[in-house]
Amino acid sequence: MSFLAFQGSVELGIIYAIMALGVFISFRTLNMPDLTVDGSFVLGAAVSATLCSGGHPLVGLALAFAAGCLAGSVTALLHTKLNIQPLLSGILVMLGLYSINLRVMDGRANIPLLNKATVFSLLQGTPLEESATLLIPSIILLSMLILLFLFLKTQFGFVLRATGDNDQMVRALGVNTDLVILIGLALSNGLVALSGSLIAQYQSFADISMGIGMVIIGLASVIIGEVIFGTTPLLRRLVAVILGAMLYRLVIALALELGMAPTDLKLISALIVTLALSMPSIKAYLIFWKKKHSSPYNRKEAGPDADN
Amino acid sequence: MLIIESLSKTFNPGSINEKLALDNITLSLQPGEFLSIIGGNGAGKSTLLNCISGVYPIDQGRIILDSKDISYRPEYQRSRYIGRVFQDPMLGTAFDMSIEENLAIAYARGKTRGLKPGIRKSEAKLFREHLARLELGLEDRMKQKVGLLSGGQRQALTLLMATIVEPRLLLLDEHTAALDPAIAQRVLQLTREIVSRYHLTTIMVTHNMKAALEYGNRTIMMHDGRIILDLQGAEREEMTVEKLVQLFGLKSGAELDNDRLLLI
Repeated sequence: MSFLAFQGSVELGIIYAIMALGVFISFRTLNMPDLTVDGSFVLGAAVSATLCSGGHPLVGLALAFAAGCLAGSVTALLHTKLNIQPLLSGILVMLGLYSINLRVMDGRANIPLLNKATVFSLLQGTPLEESATLLIPSIILLSMLILLFLFLKTQFGFVLRATGDNDQMVRALGVNTDLVILIGLALSNGLVALSGSLIAQYQSFADISMGIGMVIIGLASVIIGEVIFGTTPLLRRLVAVILGAMLYRLVIALALELGMAPTDLKLISALIVTLALSMPSIKAYLIFWKKKHSSPYNRKEAGPDADN
Repeated sequence: MLIIESLSKTFNPGSINEKLALDNITLSLQPGEFLSIIGGNGAGKSTLLNCISGVYPIDQGRIILDSKDISYRPEYQRSRYIGRVFQDPMLGTAFDMSIEENLAIAYARGKTRGLKPGIRKSEAKLFREHLARLELGLEDRMKQKVGLLSGGQRQALTLLMATIVEPRLLLLDEHTAALDPAIAQRVLQLTREIVSRYHLTTIMVTHNMKAALEYGNRTIMMHDGRIILDLQGAEREEMTVEKLVQLFGLKSGAELDNDRLLLI
């Protein structure tokens, strides 16, 4: 892999890691795979592209985050107040967001940002210009990591983590779990949208279909990261999710390098996540198979019928 | 303290599975009273606790705790005053969090949970002291995940979590039914210690008639959603399990043939 391709995938990995942190909140702390992500990622991109075209790119990032929070809140309300299953709530919001995103993008399926001001062009003319694409996402990711870590260590953060474990207990200790889920999903989708808004400014366009499969990429990052880099203590787990996102990008870059068609990428993503999710079952099968075949009662010569 | 007036609850009304779970229950508890409830399956014992704690909405009647009408308050609001331990040891704790983190969540009961640190040093010290009183060695495992604890240890921890901020009312829903006899005995002992230390007003549902008479200072028996027997004072002192079985037959008009109602 060329250095340029490597650098590119690291930069992408850093930006996608912000999304992975968002998916971590819904998938791990709330124990709720949230499909809103596919829509809120594009929502972030759409809001940020629109504000790059007429406004300020930094305002674009902030508003993208806020818009993501809003999308997540809707999913949470569908689930907690109207008792729609979490998966279905996410799908409903994702579907609705498709139309909303098109509205935000003024009816166009694609907004190019060539020659428009982005957060990366802010550093133009400074000595940091060359490394802006690495520096800016890194700073944002790092601050999100620190904020999220500190947040999960607060009283409210404790309750957020406990709600995914056992919401009945949390209610029994005097906490409104509906509100906890609302804030959790809002933050989660806020991070996802922030990631989407950075991607749009990084690759200089927003596209209505850029969110397809995003939740799967997020899940893959979380699972791969946790399996390879561990889950305890909490900070390690968060860093593992980030590294998982970067690793995922590198694997994809490598696959492309090896001549795979870019159109096959979604299939590869699906396979990777299937493999990662089925790890525990595969392990259990292997252990069972090994036990079965190493059991002394199973060998012909040692079995009770050996004499016959 | 706690006043329950004409409380009724029907499950699946209008369907073929309609079940009158609570039939016009009226009951009041004095401060510091420790009530045990016995009765067979489907008698309405757990439903009564779940109506008091707000898990199930009630159909009729009202519930007054500390002169406040809580009949239509949501569950989480009632939980500020009511401590609970469930039958299933899994339900009382967050398994993926450490012992001290679980206690910290319980310790913030009734307070607004904001962006203050989840556990302060002084709190950790307090938790350690409380855990040491359980005499289960948990004070040296505070950073371990609750998922690693046995059922009995979890129930003891849940009991501590339910009472670490003194509740106005403690509800125990067969909290020792899923434990093996030795640890069940220990958890019952702890229950008695904690209840008497803080003079907690307590309701304990149990299948165990002996425990029902042995623990607490008042016992009621439920059948088909009604209270058929209310024992206190001298009458309760002289009560034996045998007499209780006879009384059950007399009052309910049914034979006591329920396997799950333990006689010893």
